[in-house]
Amino acid sequence: MEPIRTFASKTIVLPIDNVDTDQIIPARFLKVTSKVGIGKHLFADWRYDAAGTPKADFVLNKPEAQGAQVLVAGDNFGCGSSREHAPWALVDHGFRAIISTTIADIFRNNALKNGLLPIVVDAATHKKLLAAPGAQVSVSLQDQMLTLPDGGAIPFTIDPFARYCLLNGMDELDFLLSHDEAIKQFEAKM
Amino acid sequence: MTMQPRTLFEKIWDAHLVKPPTSETPAVLYVDLHLVHEVTSPQAFTWLRDRGLQVRRPERTVATMDHSTPTTPRGKDGKIPILDKQAAAQIGQLETNCKDFGVELHALGSERQGIVHVIGPEMGLTQPGTTIVCGDSHTSTHGAFGALAFGIGTSEVSHVLATQCLLQNRAKTLAITVEGKVRPWVTAKDIILAIVARLGIGGGTGQVIEYRGSAIRGLTMEERMTVCNMSIEAGARAGMIAPDDTTFQYLNGRERAPKGNAWDAAVSKWRTLPTDDGATFDNEMKFDGPSLEPMITYGTNPGMGMPITGVVPTPTNATLEKALKYMALEAGKPLLGKAIDVVFIGSCTNSRMSDLRAAASVFKGRKVAAGVRALVVPGSQQIKKEAEAEGLDKVFLAAGAEWREAGCSMCIAMNGDQLQPGQYAVSTSNRNFEGRQGAGGRTFLASPYTAAAAAVTGKVTDARTLVGG
Repeated sequence: MEPIRTFASKTIVLPIDNVDTDQIIPARFLKVTSKVGIGKHLFADWRYDAAGTPKADFVLNKPEAQGAQVLVAGDNFGCGSSREHAPWALVDHGFRAIISTTIADIFRNNALKNGLLPIVVDAATHKKLLAAPGAQVSVSLQDQMLTLPDGGAIPFTIDPFARYCLLNGMDELDFLLSHDEAIKQFEAKM
Repeated sequence: MTMQPRTLFEKIWDAHLVKPPTSETPAVLYVDLHLVHEVTSPQAFTWLRDRGLQVRRPERTVATMDHSTPTTPRGKDGKIPILDKQAAAQIGQLETNCKDFGVELHALGSERQGIVHVIGPEMGLTQPGTTIVCGDSHTSTHGAFGALAFGIGTSEVSHVLATQCLLQNRAKTLAITVEGKVRPWVTAKDIILAIVARLGIGGGTGQVIEYRGSAIRGLTMEERMTVCNMSIEAGARAGMIAPDDTTFQYLNGRERAPKGNAWDAAVSKWRTLPTDDGATFDNEMKFDGPSLEPMITYGTNPGMGMPITGVVPTPTNATLEKALKYMALEAGKPLLGKAIDVVFIGSCTNSRMSDLRAAASVFKGRKVAAGVRALVVPGSQQIKKEAEAEGLDKVFLAAGAEWREAGCSMCIAMNGDQLQPGQYAVSTSNRNFEGRQGAGGRTFLASPYTAAAAAVTGKVTDARTLVGG
């Protein structure tokens, strides 16, 4: 994985609470054995009508949303199913960070393994971002800092080990594999 | 030196630490049992192949097929036909992966196949004090046995396949105590729907729930599984119940449970697992058992639930407003009497023998209402067999309901069983998210009694008024 340090992007805003992973990618798109091209199904039932035509009023389909890498969403983003297809679809579409007031546990874990930053902010910052779609923000994983268009610097926290892996382009599986001896010792005592 | 009193969760956590957490690294936690299914595993096996890795502990890994598998009746050849090519390829991939990596597989239609969270307990694989993971959020089900069981993503599936371990940060603990005797017709499903309604869909985030109190102690294992199953619907990492004689009786004699002296030793060890007196939880919540009612959901997440006799609440925020718009429901109106199109009885929440018996008690001597489709989907091939031996299938079929093969079916709508846009369903499953049971479909979550009562009346019905409370 490519190391992540700092990036800047405009935001798109999805002001809905409890966006579950069935909305992020409906189950009928999970009958795959790879993750290639999965981004086209992102938010499928909100994004396309029954005939598959993009709905003009859905935020992802708006011209001003094109190229946005930061999604500002309502509280408790990513709840529900454990499907890692959800962060795969978001990343494949081009997102690099999700900003919310709470991010569901399994989704957060899955996101971090795919270079998608789950950024939790305070309610006041969240409100400000929800009210300003298209805001140009900058995200520094190194400094764990979100910079707003007005210059406001909002600190956020990423799990220290996940952050280390992302900053160094390291894989968590390599780290686990490096514990082979300890695992063997544990198994010997079982 | 005396040990600090510990909770059930803390005891299991401590006993599985290959390496404790540091300020820079999460804990390396050992996994006793890894359950695998066709939908969240193919990429994980591919990554193992790409890196030349093996499955570290094939004997601790058990696979089945449930999510994308059809539950339609068998053909003349005794096989379950898979019409969807993409699903067939995914199912075929699991067969190849299990063969290549030496993993035990309960393939479609075989005698132990079924919903992953149904077959683990059924075979006696799910045991107290163990750590259990699966690429599925309803892994919390296994916590009913006093196991620490939780859902993981596909990357983590690859971690467990390759190392039998996971990197984990320790969750906080939440004690949910339900005291007193629940009233007749109030089921385990109603208890958990009431809990999720109060906690809210995100209220359990970052926490492991321990369900306690006399109402919980009084539940059978099947009922405890229903409660723990929906812990994730409040966002909790896991849900668990301390093992007791009910647990041991359920496990004793099951094919994969310890036998003879090993059984006695296991039971003595399991008796040390319950939370010690004086142990503290990070958070606590209390419920009064006798005041709980049969529940139903009205919205688009499992936290949007109310007593079945209630009225749809007036939206106080955009989220609820959106939910009621999707559900096409009017605030202030009751759900009782609302016409429905489909009834689904099944899923890892409510597809076990006691659920089927409850549903059959309502269907018996009645007919599915005109224009209503009712599906009854057993959780496993074993349950199907047992239900048929009891004649439950005949009750369902005589009523005009469909009797299916085992699988997730209409809970996940990726296997051919799904709602049509705009249809209303009463479902015994666990999620009423938009489109969960089929694009545009609308779901009311409820108990098997409530679902069966809706099937025979064609509308949302309080089973107590139909069968007598």
